[in-house]
Amino acid sequence: MAVVDNFRAETRVWLEANCPASMRTPMPTDEGSSGGLRAEYKNPETKIWLDRMSAKGWTTPTWPAEYGGGGLGKDEAMVLEEEMRAIGCRSPLSGMGISMLGPVLLEYGTEAQRVEHLPAIIKGEIRWCQGYSEPGAGSDLAGLQTRAVLQGDHYLVNGHKIWTSNAHLSDKIFCLVRTDPAAKKHEGISFLLIDMAWEGVRARPITLISGYSVFCETFLENVRVPAGNLVGENNKGWTIAKRLLEHERKGIGGIGAPGAPTADKPVYVIAKDAVGEVDGKIADPALRNQISVQLMNTHAFQLTRRRAAEASEAGQPPGPMSAMFKYYATELNKTRYEAVLAAGGDQMLGWEGGEYDPNHLRNTREWLRSKANTIEGGTSEVQLNIIAKRVLGLPD
Amino acid sequence: MALVLNSEAQLVRDSALEFFADKSPILMLRKLRDSRDADGFSRPLWREMADLGWTGFLVPEAHGGSEFGMVGLGQVLEAAGRTLAATPLLSTALIAASAIDLAGSEAQKQKYFPGLVSGDAIFALALEEGAHHNPNRIATTAKRDGDGFVLDGAKRFVIDGHVANQLIVVARTSGGQTDRNGITLFMVPADAAGVAITRSAMIDSRNAARVTLAGVRVGADAVLGRIDGGADPLEAVLDRARAGLAAEMLGSSSEAFERTVQYLKDRKQFGVAIGSFQALKHRAAQMFCEVEVTRSAVTAALAALDENANDASLLASLAKAKASDTAYLTGNEGVQMHGGIGMTDEHEIGFFMKRARVAQAMFGDGAFHRDRYAALTGY
Repeated sequence: MAVVDNFRAETRVWLEANCPASMRTPMPTDEGSSGGLRAEYKNPETKIWLDRMSAKGWTTPTWPAEYGGGGLGKDEAMVLEEEMRAIGCRSPLSGMGISMLGPVLLEYGTEAQRVEHLPAIIKGEIRWCQGYSEPGAGSDLAGLQTRAVLQGDHYLVNGHKIWTSNAHLSDKIFCLVRTDPAAKKHEGISFLLIDMAWEGVRARPITLISGYSVFCETFLENVRVPAGNLVGENNKGWTIAKRLLEHERKGIGGIGAPGAPTADKPVYVIAKDAVGEVDGKIADPALRNQISVQLMNTHAFQLTRRRAAEASEAGQPPGPMSAMFKYYATELNKTRYEAVLAAGGDQMLGWEGGEYDPNHLRNTREWLRSKANTIEGGTSEVQLNIIAKRVLGLPD
Repeated sequence: MALVLNSEAQLVRDSALEFFADKSPILMLRKLRDSRDADGFSRPLWREMADLGWTGFLVPEAHGGSEFGMVGLGQVLEAAGRTLAATPLLSTALIAASAIDLAGSEAQKQKYFPGLVSGDAIFALALEEGAHHNPNRIATTAKRDGDGFVLDGAKRFVIDGHVANQLIVVARTSGGQTDRNGITLFMVPADAAGVAITRSAMIDSRNAARVTLAGVRVGADAVLGRIDGGADPLEAVLDRARAGLAAEMLGSSSEAFERTVQYLKDRKQFGVAIGSFQALKHRAAQMFCEVEVTRSAVTAALAALDENANDASLLASLAKAKASDTAYLTGNEGVQMHGGIGMTDEHEIGFFMKRARVAQAMFGDGAFHRDRYAALTGY
């Protein structure tokens, strides 16, 4: 324990000296840091914080030091997390490189692939996006049709990906492609790494109901991909695809966690401002009850996430409860924004313009954005299927 | 606050699960019901529970208890909930032990704890007066009479009232009906002159009673805690009761849910197990989520109460609200998914739904605790 205590003391001192003041405040949704060649930093301290943290490898605390990661053990990583939480540090870097591709390369990648990609992910130099869904392959992901034909030292790739989050801001894409159209659908898929700057790759942003364009269509036309960019074995990509989805869902299950982007003020304050209060209570009892349902479910879910973390710390195998995180967190996030919308009344129904509070406008757009939460990364219905099958053992 | 059980609590949990599965399956409750058993619970079994130390979990060591705490007692209550065991655990081992420990004088502790710990004495909290839980609306009066008091009033939904040796009566010594100040707790022997107790036969086949107090005379030594100052200890006792009952409900919900999932695997229609139908799968998966989330809230509340944490009341309300909503869900879905057989008295799944409604109403339902959570949070 003495080693960990020393680490805690050192970490506390280092964070105190290195975490800029604005990085200790709740993160507005537009100040997240996803890195990449095209990154723009609205708040310059975001970049300073990223550089300081990545120099220590603490953007990825548990990744091996040989690739630039923090090389921390589980106990030390927990201490780092606790110390960051204690002073309200923002996460220095997020994105699919850290949360999805990196762990998969550590497990399935070649040494050359790790050396090439991991340091750039850790430093936030390269931003990755995910080439999974296609127009004809949504929940039925394994029905994907993008073709990759091995021609000597390279694959020739043709296809059409959709819902590629932030493809227009990303530098590289990890793609599921069909390498054997004759095999059963799960057995002819491979996992390829592709540079967005290569000839034949084109991303087109899609305007969503929120007015945002976080998703794109990505077209792949006769893209030449070196054979060395295959991760794992040819035609064995589905295993990697599924593992990556587990990482993705774990990440999405963290929605609403401490340190996640927040609305401008608690929903009950928005409600009191909008409908008034009687004896300190929100004047509208139905709205008050709706807010309680929302906050109490969130509270109980946060306790569940903590219970899972404690079980894992205690060395217990991941319980069946982890299967529910993606489902529950995203459904909660939707009801959270529904409560915000209900609380604000017509103030939350503005689309744009000076008569609306910018925080309210952002909440309204986030309400619309939240509708994707239960679709992306596996719909709620798919998650319930997974729980029914893997946890409850219900038959197909 | 630990949300994962330590090895001691795990041991208690394992032995309690085995105890109730072996000695008090649901069949036992059915027998008590069908034979119109006068006690409504098994006294020999209660003695065994006392011998296992469960009655002393909230009693100080100096008075023969173990101070093992709410997390431990919660494991026992959860196990009892799995088999819908009719026991005085809640009324006596939890509520009375807490009330006497938190509010009682040294003399009262010496007087009551030995019988409580040994299992000889049963206690009942006489609190409710209206159709809904409302600890702040007390019309029962206690008027000074010489150096004692005279109590008058009517109480209902008194858990284990008809088998209790001692009643803990919540009465008003001053103030208006809804004033927080002016509430006082009294220890009243069940056989005191002027006490009339009528058993209530409720849907869950468990023990409850109506109690009327007509000119019941008690001495000054019957006051538990401070005169006019009963609201605070009562609130603390109720928070423990809410968390403990939530633990029991968690056990019942888990059991009802697991039985339902098993039925979905066993029951065949159209040539396949009905659990292969997505309409049922999704609802089963949603129930799974609710049971897991409820478990976290219950565990957190029990631990917070043991630690006297600042948010213990908030967590007790969270636990009781989630446990109530989840018991409602698992009870209703349990009956629906069992189909016709679920409507029969012969099948046990209906017992869970009936117990759920009574436990929901006890010490505040979901709506009560959502209101309280809001008030405690400041909206």
